[in-house]
Amino acid sequence: MTGAPLAATPGQTIGPFFGDALPYDGGEHLVPSDHPDAVRLTGRVLDGDGEPVPDALLEIWQADGLGRLARHPGSLRRDGHTFTGWGRAATDGTGRYGFTTVPPGPTVEGRPPFIAMTVFARGLLDRLFTRVYLPGREDYAADPLLAALPENRRHTLIAVPQDSGLCFDLRLQGEDETVFLSYRERSR
Amino acid sequence: MVERSATAGVGTASSDAAAATQAEISAEMATQAEISAEMAAIERDSRPDEPQPRLAYPPYRSSILRHPTMAPHRVDPEAVELLAPVFGDRDVDPLDADLTVQHDGQPIGERIVVTGRVLDGDGRPVAGQLVEIWQANAAGRYRHQRDQHAAPLDPNFTGTGRCLTGPDGGYRFTTIKPGPYPWLNHHNAWRPAHLHFSLFGTAFTQRLITQLYFPGDPLFALDPIYRSITDQRARDRLVAAYDHDVTRHQWCTGYRWDIVLTGTGRTWTEQGAHP
Ligand SMILES: [Fe+2]
Repeated sequence: MTGAPLAATPGQTIGPFFGDALPYDGGEHLVPSDHPDAVRLTGRVLDGDGEPVPDALLEIWQADGLGRLARHPGSLRRDGHTFTGWGRAATDGTGRYGFTTVPPGPTVEGRPPFIAMTVFARGLLDRLFTRVYLPGREDYAADPLLAALPENRRHTLIAVPQDSGLCFDLRLQGEDETVFLSYRERSR
Repeated sequence: MVERSATAGVGTASSDAAAATQAEISAEMATQAEISAEMAAIERDSRPDEPQPRLAYPPYRSSILRHPTMAPHRVDPEAVELLAPVFGDRDVDPLDADLTVQHDGQPIGERIVVTGRVLDGDGRPVAGQLVEIWQANAAGRYRHQRDQHAAPLDPNFTGTGRCLTGPDGGYRFTTIKPGPYPWLNHHNAWRPAHLHFSLFGTAFTQRLITQLYFPGDPLFALDPIYRSITDQRARDRLVAAYDHDVTRHQWCTGYRWDIVLTGTGRTWTEQGAHP
């Protein structure tokens, strides 16, 4: 392709009133609760005062347990057995969210797998991107992002084992602020 | 903020205390003139080429505690981030694109068609991808339990829609024009009429939620959400164009709005991606 790239459309806040439009039944269940490998990923979204954010929306996108990236429709009307790799969940009145999914396998050999996550909220003027790495891996040093982060921030991207599930809190601001990402574009 | 100050005088009985409480309320809730002055000062110091909203934009009071203070960490997207979820006919009913036929009767308001294309940064169409919208009704009221605006609900209007883009990236919604609505950012704060839009690209990195505005809205200059984009040219990209070729004889008026997602997922050469 030649010619100047088109200017991107700016983002705007999701606002407070997305609740009738975006969340949907089954959004948080990438797999059914009785799936043999099902794991519960939960956490809270917190503001700069440590107060819960009750009007946030989170989306996750991930490989399956074998590191395969799904190319199947059906995330909005799940059939109960097709893994689509995508889910959406709003926070509740206490700022808590939850997904039922499987731990992703690595998509790149020798690197730690992660769940890609997008954060939207009232008061947040554009979406934020982050990654949820699985706990207890030996290969964090092989990951370019984790290796580049200072020690005192790396842990904000690694989920913590909790009640046989995974806990991942998002701190939008302040002490232990979650590492958020911007993506480098390669030359055209 | 208003809720917090309302309890400030509890336990003190004097009328002075009550007056102070009233003054505190006024002090905490800025006037439009104060918000406008804050916005103008920020714009005076801004670079002319900021394409996206500022996350730290104090005139939008709710942003103050909800924006990251650290710059985003720049990364090369990995395999999972170079693909986007797939949606299909099983996810979206074609009727979901017409917000005026979701109930027994017709909603009140000005019927409009909003149409356009979803493109990537190279101008390539984003085909077969999910578009979601939500909006207030013609009176400026959302069907959301937290919307307390004293304007009527419309029993024939839910205000949510979905569609899949066509092979040319095209989308099309039939709806009614939303009204402006008040909010509690500052005293006498009103949002310009808008449709909320949610978009996916071919890569996870292109995810976008934004708002479509209508041309010539008198509330633009007063609105800290619209003006959190400090570059006028960038703001203009959120304003749909009236298009008489979209307008239909004896039926509805029409607006056209193209959406350009950041970058492109397809020029990447990713090493080691799982097939
Ligand atoms: Fe809105």
